[in-house]
Amino acid sequence: MRRRILTLTAALALLLTGCTTGNDAPEDGVVRLRFQSLAWQKESVDANRQLVKEWNASHPDVQVEYVQGSWDSVHDQLLTSFEGGEAPDIIHDASDDLADFAYGGDLADLRPLLPERLRADIPARSWETTTFGSDKGVYGVPFLQEPRVIIANRKILESSGVRVPTPEKPWTWTEFRQITRDLTRGMGPGRYAVAWPLKEPVSVSLNLGLSAGGQLFHREADGRVTVRFTEADAVVPGTIHDQVATDRTAPRTTLGSGGSDTLPGFFAGKYAMVPLGFAYRQQIAQQAPEGFEWTVLPAPVGSAGLTQGVSPQTLSIAEDSPYKKEAVAFLDFFLRPENMVRLARGDWMLPTGAAALADPSLHTARDGWATGAAVAERLRPAPAQSVRGYPEWKDKVATPAFQEYYSGAIDGVELRRRLVEDGNRVLARYQRK
Amino acid sequence: MSALRTSRPARIGQYAALLAYLVFLAFPFLWLVSTAFKPAPELASLHPTWIPKDPTLDNFRQAFDEQPLLRAAANSLVAAVAAAVIAVAVATPLAYVTARHRGRLASAATGWVVISQAFPFVLVIIPLFLILKNLHLINSVFGLVLVYVVWSLPFALWMLMGYVRAVPAELEEAAAVDGAGRLRTLVSVTAPLLVPGIVATALFAFVTAWNEFFFALVLLKTPEKQTLPVVLTHFLGAEGVADLGPLAAAAFLATLPSLVVFAVLQRRITGGMLAGAVKS
Repeated sequence: MRRRILTLTAALALLLTGCTTGNDAPEDGVVRLRFQSLAWQKESVDANRQLVKEWNASHPDVQVEYVQGSWDSVHDQLLTSFEGGEAPDIIHDASDDLADFAYGGDLADLRPLLPERLRADIPARSWETTTFGSDKGVYGVPFLQEPRVIIANRKILESSGVRVPTPEKPWTWTEFRQITRDLTRGMGPGRYAVAWPLKEPVSVSLNLGLSAGGQLFHREADGRVTVRFTEADAVVPGTIHDQVATDRTAPRTTLGSGGSDTLPGFFAGKYAMVPLGFAYRQQIAQQAPEGFEWTVLPAPVGSAGLTQGVSPQTLSIAEDSPYKKEAVAFLDFFLRPENMVRLARGDWMLPTGAAALADPSLHTARDGWATGAAVAERLRPAPAQSVRGYPEWKDKVATPAFQEYYSGAIDGVELRRRLVEDGNRVLARYQRK
Repeated sequence: MSALRTSRPARIGQYAALLAYLVFLAFPFLWLVSTAFKPAPELASLHPTWIPKDPTLDNFRQAFDEQPLLRAAANSLVAAVAAAVIAVAVATPLAYVTARHRGRLASAATGWVVISQAFPFVLVIIPLFLILKNLHLINSVFGLVLVYVVWSLPFALWMLMGYVRAVPAELEEAAAVDGAGRLRTLVSVTAPLLVPGIVATALFAFVTAWNEFFFALVLLKTPEKQTLPVVLTHFLGAEGVADLGPLAAAAFLATLPSLVVFAVLQRRITGGMLAGAVKS
């Protein structure tokens, strides 16, 4: 709703005031690019700033200015900046936020600009996350990604005698449910095998759902997208629901929490495992009490194995930027394999680039890097990120439906009805021809 | 007078309710202070404590190390003080005229003031952005001040109208009878009585501008110009992940100017509001 108001207001304002873009040539011959980064952790900001510094030192005629943005407000800020013709030249964002801007003509199609090295280095499955429209334009370079893993209390896990999964032999969802029963039984009252932080239940459910072959969104022959809830789609939600509502191996209290909120309980041994994004390892490494031993496990699998959905971090170029070639040259430098490794380590994420991903420092057992790197090949575009109407479906239909289902307030039949019937009604509004 | 007397249990109940309310109001701030001084392991403890067991200044050091807090605070201070001064300077005469000269126009103006408070930020930000762009005031603290003045003016006007109406017109009439001209009456009679209202309004405008985030985020492009609320968001990551210790430390520092301003001016506001309330 808020986005719609912004868009309408923008259109009205443009009509009233007229829109001019000042593509003036630089007076001193030096091209100045604004690069808005969303890096926020110290190591990540340092890596970003250092790379900008290195570029500026070697390119006196194309200077990049580092501008700090924030994940929390980036969409509204970019929308306003695009409408006002004041967007940064180089834009850091996530692929699931690009669709509106790509369809709105705010981002440059990078296909004619991208150097072959960069295009070839990043696998096709990652490029799919930034490809939009019937003409398959590419509106961003996906460069960092984050699988969901299970962070486990090593002592509890190993002393319980359960099989510890590896990327080569992960748990199945059925096995995972049984193991959480065994673990909870051994941990004693008030303690749980797993804590699901599901403040944002939709992305977790959909992205992990790919491992069981669920995809929920189906593109029909005429190009329209419909929601179908199959048996495969029910595997992950069903497991979580049963752990919370039936087995009591996962606490109800964490369902409304963010990942960080579960860490105190995890450190205190109240929960043996917490499914989290890969980057949470940084918080755990920083905050874990002395002597606390933790390990990173792959997420459980279904018929599709380790596959899961991701929305990579991206770098895009504003369509209004008069210096697209220079901006792409900067991206080419910024995303060289060695630099991508620096960015990945700074953000505790995985690089998309094949050369960067092969770096030995991302395959060490320390801090679970090896587990993440082993999963990287199986990361696919998040199921719904290019579906128009997805944000409304997510906010109005799927979020409350999943929340109620996981807490046990509604059953699987009602979940299916809401996601499909109510959901298709929402999507239909976006797909009228 | 007997109607004002309350029984002892009722009075105890009133104090208990007041205490509960004060605790409720103070809780977020006290928790913020507590968090700002906690080391990382205590922040991640399952059993949080009010008073840090091992208090540390590391969060403050990290906050200053990672973000340009002083520069951002200076920008915020300039924007907030300028916005408060200009808003009050513009609103005071307007409020006087609107409050004293009642008519259809004044009523319509008052109504518009009230309605304009209902406009959400998102409705005005893009037109404002475009106007400021045409005036070459994007990425300018002066442009931001203009926005803050425009944003706080309606409510400032509304507040001051109430204060003007509270000054008895008879006082001005008596001054006129004693031979004072219009200007003399305003300066010597009305203005001193309005001081508490002006101070309260200025405080409101200051705090509004000091805390404002979205306009500053959208209008200021370069890091050198960013204000404190914008810089505070740099401690937040995707999906609400936060660098909690440094964020709390920086947020604690960000609340201090407002607290200091309130502490300094509170006596003046309440003293002025009560002055003349009863016959001596």
